[in-house]
Amino acid sequence: MKKTTVSKLLQKYLPYVIVIVGFAVCQSMVSAGTMPRTTKSLLIPVCVYIVMAVSLNLTVGISGELSLGHAGFMSIGAFTGIVIAAYVREVFGCSESLQLLISIAAGGVMAGLFGFLIGIPVLRLQGDYLAIVTLAFGEIIRNILNCIYISVDGSALRFSFNQPNLPGKLLFRGPTGATGVTRIATFTAGFILVLFTLFVVLNLVHSRSGRAIMAVRDNKIAAEACGLDVTKYRMMAFVTSAALAGMGGALFGQNYSTLTPANFSFNASILILVYVVLGGIGNITGSIIAATILYVLPEELRAFADYRMLVYAVVLIGVMLLTNNRTIKNFLNSLREKIRGNEEKKGGALHE
Amino acid sequence: MSDKIKRKSDTKMVPFPSHAIVPERDLGSRPVLECSHLGIDFGGLRAVDDFNLTIGKTEIAGLIGPNGAGKTTVFNLLTKVYQPTSGTIMVNGKDTAGMNTAQANKLGLARTFQNIRLFNQMTVEDNVRIGLHNQISYGMFSGILRLPPYWSGEKKQHEKAMDLLSIFHMENMANEKAGSLPYGAQRRLEIVRALATNPSLLLLDEPAAGMNPKETEELMDNIIKIRDQFQIAIMLIEHDMNLVMGICEGICVLNFGRVIAKGTAEEIQHNPEVIEAYLGRQKED
Repeated sequence: MKKTTVSKLLQKYLPYVIVIVGFAVCQSMVSAGTMPRTTKSLLIPVCVYIVMAVSLNLTVGISGELSLGHAGFMSIGAFTGIVIAAYVREVFGCSESLQLLISIAAGGVMAGLFGFLIGIPVLRLQGDYLAIVTLAFGEIIRNILNCIYISVDGSALRFSFNQPNLPGKLLFRGPTGATGVTRIATFTAGFILVLFTLFVVLNLVHSRSGRAIMAVRDNKIAAEACGLDVTKYRMMAFVTSAALAGMGGALFGQNYSTLTPANFSFNASILILVYVVLGGIGNITGSIIAATILYVLPEELRAFADYRMLVYAVVLIGVMLLTNNRTIKNFLNSLREKIRGNEEKKGGALHE
Repeated sequence: MSDKIKRKSDTKMVPFPSHAIVPERDLGSRPVLECSHLGIDFGGLRAVDDFNLTIGKTEIAGLIGPNGAGKTTVFNLLTKVYQPTSGTIMVNGKDTAGMNTAQANKLGLARTFQNIRLFNQMTVEDNVRIGLHNQISYGMFSGILRLPPYWSGEKKQHEKAMDLLSIFHMENMANEKAGSLPYGAQRRLEIVRALATNPSLLLLDEPAAGMNPKETEELMDNIIKIRDQFQIAIMLIEHDMNLVMGICEGICVLNFGRVIAKGTAEEIQHNPEVIEAYLGRQKED
């Protein structure tokens, strides 16, 4: 009985365990100085992409809407975060960790707000139409950002549209994006953000609201007949997902000294979607693993220079074939059942 | 202005459609459902026309008719899946005009579907918990932050769900995926889920479809048991005449979108129009 409860608990908290163990290993390698510099520079982006993948999985896997504009929310979070951090630094001059905390919160709120505004028209649609419109909104956000200029003048933030000559210190200049950003993002902050994302998503899924979101995904008409406000729960998933993406973006933005809107193109959205699909739609643990491996892989393959993307493509195709191969799936399932069966045999006598 | 006011003598008087029948025991209380002149057009097709029906507070009513008569369309109209082109629907004395399906449910209409619609990827218990969604509730933030309302709400939902599942002796299936249940169990789960929404009128769309005679017998007992235990009205569409004639008190026969007969099982069985609708006209010689 003890063993089954332990394995059940482990299963329930598996995503947390993976993240904590990963953090402990990486952190000890960093402090021991055994981690190469190139790998070290990947730590924060990996955290960000885990956040992105898990939050997109809330929309795609749990709520069942194919969203192709996730990078748009990430960019809103990133640039809001950069501007707010710079503003707080200029005006209040508080500590770096507080700057980071405020900027991440601001990024999340801003992206959540935009998620709500975009959700109003988008969530009237379903399926392919919804996917196409979210794609369009992702591009619209990027193009609007290309025209915005923001400066801090004394204690006031100044905005303009297509007018680069603003008074004060320019924080964000349209297509050139944000330059000279103070890099205040830390690996620990990334780790905490990942834990926060997991906490929000997993607790939401295993609550009354999460069940309602999944019910709407499984059968919209039946959900309505059970008295659920379908739009409310689709919106809840969409906005939560956008807000978490904004938080990830805010951290991401402050990991680089230069960031342009072009970094958040349609390709970035697809990249995140690839993590979600290959990790398993609706599978949070899978998203964590897929985001880590698939982000680190092409970076580590830089040594192969010309063959880098070729190898990456082959790996992607390999994963797709493996996860969809019936023989392999059956084999894995039988293996899983065997393990479970053994456990029950051992625990059964005590259990009864 | 004054000449626009209709004079009394112009008013056209029409018969009010309340040659309605309800069980005698329900005479003292307000009917759970009153629809009058209900109709819907799909393009040029009048799918349901001039549908009038009154259902008593604890009545078991049957809606029968040949295939394509418009029975499921009536259910869809009542539950606001379709908005009626004409007519009114009153549930517990409240007009449902302009409401959507979810609001109609909150007013007391719960239903099952002809082609089963469960939340297939969720467990049996979670399906019932969705039915309890508006009965036992707590907010999103209590859920995420695991505040006290979450714990007490979850506990109450679990207890109530198990209680409801025990009507059909399904407690031992609580953790199975709804989609993997056998057909009969899926039908029963749909009824439990509908009951969980605390309805005053339960609409069952072919509850016995695909069941064997023994299961149908059990279902009949259970429908009566549910009516007695929850004191609600039940209206069912069914092709199994044993079931309809066995438990339905008032029966309404629909053909080509129109009501052709209303009455008790006895009256319906001997109604020549009903016999004609089902079997065709007798050769006259």
